[in-house]
Amino acid sequence: MKPLGKNGRKKLEKVHIRLRVNGEETEVAFAPHKTLLEVLREDLRLTGTKHGCELGECGCCAVLVDGRPVLSCLALGVAMEGHEITTVEGMAVGTELHPLQQTFAELGAAQCGYCTPGILLTAKALLETNSRPSRDEIKEALAGNLCRCTGYIKILEAVELAAARMAGGQAEPAKETIYGWE
Amino acid sequence: MKTFANSNARDFQQAVALVQQTRQQGRAASLVGGGSDLLGLVKERIVNPDVLVNLKTIRGLDQVRPSNGGVNIGGLITLDTLSRNDVIRRQYSVLAEAAETVATPQIRNVGTLAGNVCQRPWCWYFRNGFPCYKNGGNTCFSFGGENQFHAIFGGGPSYIVHPSDTAVALLALDAKFRIVGPSGERVLPAAEFFALPQQNPARENVLAADEALAEVQIPALRAGTRSTYHKIMDREAWTHAVVSAAMVLEMDKQVCRSARVVLGGVAPIPWRLPKVEQMLSGERITEALAAKAAEAALEGAKPLAKNAYKVPLTKGVVRRTLVELAARG
Repeated sequence: MKPLGKNGRKKLEKVHIRLRVNGEETEVAFAPHKTLLEVLREDLRLTGTKHGCELGECGCCAVLVDGRPVLSCLALGVAMEGHEITTVEGMAVGTELHPLQQTFAELGAAQCGYCTPGILLTAKALLETNSRPSRDEIKEALAGNLCRCTGYIKILEAVELAAARMAGGQAEPAKETIYGWE
Repeated sequence: MKTFANSNARDFQQAVALVQQTRQQGRAASLVGGGSDLLGLVKERIVNPDVLVNLKTIRGLDQVRPSNGGVNIGGLITLDTLSRNDVIRRQYSVLAEAAETVATPQIRNVGTLAGNVCQRPWCWYFRNGFPCYKNGGNTCFSFGGENQFHAIFGGGPSYIVHPSDTAVALLALDAKFRIVGPSGERVLPAAEFFALPQQNPARENVLAADEALAEVQIPALRAGTRSTYHKIMDREAWTHAVVSAAMVLEMDKQVCRSARVVLGGVAPIPWRLPKVEQMLSGERITEALAAKAAEAALEGAKPLAKNAYKVPLTKGVVRRTLVELAARG
């Protein structure tokens, strides 16, 4: 018989797993049915990753696993041993924002901000394999990330501007992106 | 989410043995690869496993390997890796094209080929827990209800459409499926793997609860063969086919020597069109022949109250795909 917990229910046996999150090795104990999203938010207190639809429809919970965007709500924590996980908390270096974070802030590519961490990480993965993506390539890469506020245009422009800056150049966002409509 | 234990499998034999043991103890077990379909079903309490048997710990079954002029593809390959594989892109473009239309980049990074072929239907009644055939009941709610996206061929008593894009391509490529079960292996042609609801309305294929699809085997193609996958969606991304067509044509200059034509999104299984294939073989593919083939493709279609639009849509897909593929040099 398994021991009973305080509420009289069977206690779940926890798994002990070594995870690498944002470059740091950490050991976590959690119930085996927990998703990566729950482990990140509840056990590692990394609440930058957002809890959206829970069914893989919205992309809010996207994180990078070995550099590739993955939905943390549809991945189990136990399956992550030996993999390198990057969350939005791992994008800035010290106080210096990632170029994508910088351009999203400058262009107002976030409004409520709930979808932003998933979009930033998915865009980061894109720029690492394709340093100057076309607008269609950006749209395709972000096809699984829903944003209900911005209408997406500023998001696409922010990714383009970050790509240009990371390649040592510049990009000209539409005037109304910065100054609004006359 | 329902609580469950996790068990990492070393190989497929061990995985299916674990499933069998768990079931003999009166508990439920599920095999999990990428998990993007299964975890959704568990969260919706449509599947309620006590134990998850993790297949991702099995090594070596995520590769494309040459075999007798064809290729063997491990069932655990991700859809993203599959769609970028050079051999698949060059020789079996219908499969690469089908794989890259599935869901979203995030899901293709995790979802596996075997998982895509074996995924459960996306009928809204099933996914919302209605007591339909697929959920162990004895009704299909779509028949008299909301059936915009349901079957126009092969329906009854359930009217779901098979949700997999890669399954349609694999049937067009005449693939075989290597299946592992507790008492050994069997290899089935794709055509015998998928099962109509009249055979068993609760399932979409002949896999037993303790069997797993381990590998897909695609035969060599003759010289001059070209193929493509054409998927129509009700928005530009992140959804299943309303209608799709996988076509493999063996061409000798302008003349089609043989053809395999399979539709997706219209039936509870990938829907092959033998009559259309016969019409095309030995012929030059012209606009007129493609139009005739499109008419023949829809013979016997039985639309439901809200999906009659699929009939002209499917005709258009068949005609256009044929003309475009034949014109490719």
